[in-house]
Parts: sequence; C-alpha cells; structure tokens
Amino acid sequence: MKFVGVTSCPTGIAHTYMAAEGLEQAARAAGHEIEVETQGSAGLEPLNPETIAAADAVIFAVGVPVRDRARFAGKPLIEADVKKAISDGPGLIAQAVAAAEEASANPEKFAAAQAAAPAGRSGGLASKVDSGAPVGTRIRQWLMTGVSYMIPFVAAGGILIALGFMVAQLAGGKDGAIVVTKLYALTGPPKPNPTHIINIVTDFNPADGMHWAALLFLVGAAAFAFLVPILSGFIAFAIADRPGLAPGIVGGAIASTMGAGFLGGIATGFIGGFAALWISRWRVPKGVRGIMPVVVIPLLSTLITGAALVLILGRPLKALSDGLASGLSGLSGSNLVILGVILGLMMGFDLGGPVNKVAYTFATTGLVAAGTSTNAPALKIMAAVMAAGMVAPLGMALATTVRPRLFSEAERENGQAAWLLGASFISEGAIPFAAADPWRVILSSMSGSAITGGLVMLFGNTLRAPHGGLWVTPLIGSPLLYILAIAIGTVVTAAVVVTLKTAGPGPVKTELDQTEAAVAA
Amino acid sequence: MSLITDKLVVLNLDSPDRHAATRVLAQTLADEGRVTDLDGFLADVRKREEQMPTGLPGGIGIPHARSAHVTEPSLVFGRATQGIDWGAEDGPATLIFLIAAPEGGGDDHLKILAALARRLMRTEFRESLMNAADATAVVDIVTREVVNP
Repeated sequence: MKFVGVTSCPTGIAHTYMAAEGLEQAARAAGHEIEVETQGSAGLEPLNPETIAAADAVIFAVGVPVRDRARFAGKPLIEADVKKAISDGPGLIAQAVAAAEEASANPEKFAAAQAAAPAGRSGGLASKVDSGAPVGTRIRQWLMTGVSYMIPFVAAGGILIALGFMVAQLAGGKDGAIVVTKLYALTGPPKPNPTHIINIVTDFNPADGMHWAALLFLVGAAAFAFLVPILSGFIAFAIADRPGLAPGIVGGAIASTMGAGFLGGIATGFIGGFAALWISRWRVPKGVRGIMPVVVIPLLSTLITGAALVLILGRPLKALSDGLASGLSGLSGSNLVILGVILGLMMGFDLGGPVNKVAYTFATTGLVAAGTSTNAPALKIMAAVMAAGMVAPLGMALATTVRPRLFSEAERENGQAAWLLGASFISEGAIPFAAADPWRVILSSMSGSAITGGLVMLFGNTLRAPHGGLWVTPLIGSPLLYILAIAIGTVVTAAVVVTLKTAGPGPVKTELDQTEAAVAA
Repeated sequence: MSLITDKLVVLNLDSPDRHAATRVLAQTLADEGRVTDLDGFLADVRKREEQMPTGLPGGIGIPHARSAHVTEPSLVFGRATQGIDWGAEDGPATLIFLIAAPEGGGDDHLKILAALARRLMRTEFRESLMNAADATAVVDIVTREVVNP
C-alpha cells in the first residue's frame, strides 16, 4: 500500500524527524511505501498533491496541529501522538493498513463517516455544516459558507470601485465617474479605436488623476468578477468538501458570464456540490480510485454543472429576460410612477442578476436614445433605476447599524462597507445578506426599492449618467429630493428586514456566527 | 565549528536524575562558549521537558531546546551506564543526547539536527555509540553518520 504521513512536535528539531524515520522504517519493513512530510523547523517540503491523492491512508503523528490539514480531506486517517511513531511505528502502519482496507471494503460507510466529520479542523479551508441538522439548517449553513468566503471580494471590489468613482469625480469633473468606466481598459486599444480607449497597462500616466481612478475601478471590477464564482464554489465546497470547488467555481463563472446573477450562482453551487458528492460516492474499481479526486470527480462534476446551466437554465433565463424587457417596453407610455415602482421591484429582486439587469438595461438604452434632451422620460427612468439600485445595500447598512444583534459578525462588518457601496450604486453590496437569508432580504430590498423608484418618478428627478451613485450628483435633477427618495426607501428596507428577522426563527443568526467562526478558524 | 567535539562528550554520566544530568551536559556547552547563559538555557530545556519528558524507548533521552542563549547548533553526548530515568515507559535512559539549537538558527544547521534525529532511530547508530571506546570515537561516528553522511 501507499501511505502519506505528517510528523510534528513542539520544538520541531527532534521528535518530528525521529517520528518520520520511525514511520519510514516500519513501512519499509512491512513492504509498504510511505512519504512523510516533516513539519519541523528544518524547512518544509510539502507532499506532492498527487502523492496524497494516490495514498491509501494518511498517518498524522503530531505534537502540534497539522498545517494545511484540508489537503488530506477524504482519506482514511490515523492520528496519533508523535511519540507513538517513535516507539511503535509498526503499530501505526498496521492501523493505517486496517483503515485503508476498511474504507475500500465499505466505501459508502466511509463516505458517510467523512461527511459527518468536521472538515479541516485546524488550518485549511473550513465550513461548518452539521450533517445531522435538519435540511433547512443545512441549506443555510451551505449558503453561509459561500457568503463567508465571498464577503472579502465584495468589500475589496466594491470599495475600490467606489474609490475609483470618487477619484474620477475629483479628477474628471462631473462626467468623471462615467468616463472612468468607458475609456480605460487593461488590454487593447482595439483597432480601429473610435472611442479612444486607453490601455492603462501600457499608457499609465501617474500625473493623470483619471488614470488612477481607472486603475482603482478596473482592479475593483476584477474583484467583482469573482463574486458569483466564489459564492457558488464555496457553497459547493460546504456540500461536498474539496471536490465541490471546481464544479462550483466554474459553474459560478458561467452563471456570471450568462448574467444569471447571485441566484444563478447559488443554483450552480448546489448543482456542483451535489454532483461532486454523488460522484465521490461511486463504488469504483481499486485502479480507478487513485484518479477519482484529481481527474474523475472534477471532470464529470464540472461538466454536469456547466452543461446543466447552459442547456437547462440558459433558455428560461433568456426567455425571462426577453419577456421582462418587452413587458417594460409595453409600459413605456403609461403612468411613470407605476413604472418606477415596477423598476424598483426589479432592481431590488436579484441585485445584479437577470431581472435587475433587464431593468438597468431598459434604463441605459433609453438614456442613449434620449440624446441631449433635458426632460425626456428616459432621464427619469434612469434616475429611478439608479436610486432603487442604491437602496438595498444602504438598507442593509442601516439595519446592521440599528439592530446589530440580528446580524452575524461578518454581516455587521460588511454592513459598514455597504454604506459606501450603496452610495456608489453598487447593489452587489447587499448580496452577502441576500445569499445568506434570501427571502427575508429580497422581500425587504424589493419593498424599499419599489418605494424609492415610485418616489423618484413622483418627484420628477432626472439623471443623465448610467451609474456612479452620489458621485454623479451634479448630473441629477433636484438632487435633494432624490436623496430624500433614497433615504425613505432605505428606511423602509431596513424596517422590513429588521421586522422579518425579529419575527423569524431565532437560531438563524447564531448558526451564521458559528459558521463564520468555523470558517475563520 | 562542528556539531560535536570531544569536549562535548561525557562517557561516565552518573547524575541522580535527568535535570542534574542535563546540567552536567550543558556545562560542557557553557565551557566551550556555545551557551552564553547556562541557567537560562537549562530553563529553556526544562520548559520543553515539562511539556513531556523526552525519554524514548530503547534507553534514549533527548533533552533539547531552541534557545536564545545558544550561539551555535550543538550536540552533547552523554553515556550513563547505570541509567537515568528520563520519563520513558520502558525504563531509564543510557544514551543521552542534549541538542542545543540557536533561536532562529540557519536552515543548514537545523537540517543537520534533523539528520541526527533520524539517525537516533537506527539501532546500529545507537549501538556504535554505546560501544564507542572514547570521546574521539563518538565524535567520529556522529561526524561520519550525520554531518558528512
């Protein structure tokens, strides 16, 4: 048989190496192969991942916690004190042989035991999922694991984009926040180059404030591109452990490209996670088992997830978008306040997902058609859409401020960033809240956004910028009333989410804190 | 300088307990200028010993520490024919290896100590030390097996 081992001890100069020697001698004497990673002080040479994948069992003979323990997830494991490997290496090897034989004789029982064990207890990636918990609880724990890993991307990307807008407004005047998203790129420029795209990789000019703004914006946008893939990947990770990562992340990236938003990402997270879990429990011949984790599981689960998304969800998504878009066009001539409410509902529903995108595209398309007119309905529609899109993150920020106890630690911190993201019309700032507790957050977000959308129409605000939030205030007609409309929607959203969370089942928040604690550990 | 010299070999160790024995061995390091503060170094060794005695099956004791009072990685070898209890379950230790590593020592030196630790697991190595005629023979064995294998 083939084994891998890890040895460690408090001082890291003696027992670690004696234990490694003990295991190697014992394995050789019994006709087995073993590679031992000595986590001591004489430099760490990590085991080759392929060696780990090919191992029949893992032996930890340790005095201090194993570093990057998650690398060994899913393997039969013998864990003992470091001294045991020194005094009785043959005994540990015999235990490892027995564990490997038992796991291969009864793979289903082994997989079940694995799923029940807390993943990555020390170091490595972690999730907090109790396999014995009711389905509803487990679903929340899966979602929360994804959200916990997504939050840093929301914060980094959102704040960078907001800072980009800020700097752009300072450096480029009232149109700065519009120009910064259009004129700069990390590739190109294309030939021909009618819009005069500037490649800030090759043509960065430190003296030009707009170039700095573009740098901030482009890096932020790059971070944002990971929101849905990371959410999806780590939902799948919570479900299936490491095998879930590849299908989850790839599925999320496709959902992102298709404009399926965070709800699409949640779907791919679940599909990818369960596909990986299902395949990893297949009973396969011994010869194939070695390549299951590195080839078979990622290959098949990623194919299943990607294909399900493209072939099954793709058309309905497109049909939904088309249907909503034509419905909106049909509403064009009608009562603007009602249109504002509907646009608000759509903006608040999926925060950058397909429904949100239809409303946003409807507004920006009108903006182009409106040309230089100063009072066209299209300018009001744009104003309503942007205001409604700012409400969800601002509402969550307000709710975490006034009722911190209803939110987990990470949510409260994300709430601080959400003020800036909301003010910058970055609706994604609310995604961590919505993904962790979808129906309550989406309901509250839709309520507030609808009211803000209607109010903006009522007040007759106009806007000739497609984005930028408060950083394009000079381009907003009647800005004070505009801010009032946003403030009212924000208060409504916060009030609704606080009410729903207060009335809801109590343990939600505690679970989230536990999940986060497990992830952070 | 080398890991071990004939000044760092004590062939007739007859201390009453492991702490006294460790002091005798550490004194050679202090005499050679390899340990700047004998009591400070002994406190570091004792701290490790209190986590769990370093006695090992087969009559081995490996008191050791990484300590700020150590100037260079060193090994002191002690042979206690009558045995000293070092906390191992199968009886007293006859071969004592005091390992002294400087705090934040270089990688090469730590690799030598790692190699030494591995050799301690080999019966031939232990037997040859048990039967070594004098200090020079001990130094030769360690140098041949560990420093220049």
